[in-house]
Amino acid sequence: MFEIAIIVANVLLSISLVLGFWRLYLGPTLPDRVVALELIASLTIGFIAVYVISSGRTPFIDVAMVLALTAFLAAVGFARYLEKGGHREDD
Amino acid sequence: MIELLTALFLVSGAAFMVVAALGLVRMPDLPMRLHATTKAGVLGAGLMMVGVAVYFGDGGVTTRAVAVIGFLLLTAPVAAHAIGRAGYFVGVPLWEHTRADELKGRYDDKTHTLASPPEMNESSSDDEPRR
Repeated sequence: MFEIAIIVANVLLSISLVLGFWRLYLGPTLPDRVVALELIASLTIGFIAVYVISSGRTPFIDVAMVLALTAFLAAVGFARYLEKGGHREDD
Repeated sequence: MIELLTALFLVSGAAFMVVAALGLVRMPDLPMRLHATTKAGVLGAGLMMVGVAVYFGDGGVTTRAVAVIGFLLLTAPVAAHAIGRAGYFVGVPLWEHTRADELKGRYDDKTHTLASPPEMNESSSDDEPRR
């Protein structure tokens, strides 16, 4: 029962990861790709949660914490780069 | 009992992640994609960390899981706001059925500050009244 739940969670997360990479490949503009990267970071946090539960190695939760913060830094960095360096395309 | 609860949290969190990814792929423009991924993604990751905290039931693990959830709740809205603002300045096209872009023309191109709204009495005398 519990093993089935872990497998189901892994499968659902993998489907989401494929969809996220599809938007990362497709995404017509750079902000769309940044959104996809941020979702992939949260998906990785979910994978870490499943791995911690299935293996019992609790120190990996610290990795999830660091990942949450670095994903935020990456998103804000991309946003600043876009806002300072970009120009409007539609006027 | 604890395993059942953990399984429930894990599977529901993963299901919310699938919803977020579906929204990322299916939604037609950038603000809607942000809307889908930020809320559903944070809820999914938070539920899965709650599952970790429930499964171990240990003080240190629970504290760290709560810290992860707190960082997620703290950083995700700020990041989404920054990306949405940057995308608006870059000129990412909105959905073709968007009714109105209320910010259009209000932002200063150089300083990226918001101009004050138009005078109320002037707009009521000359223009059409707001509906």
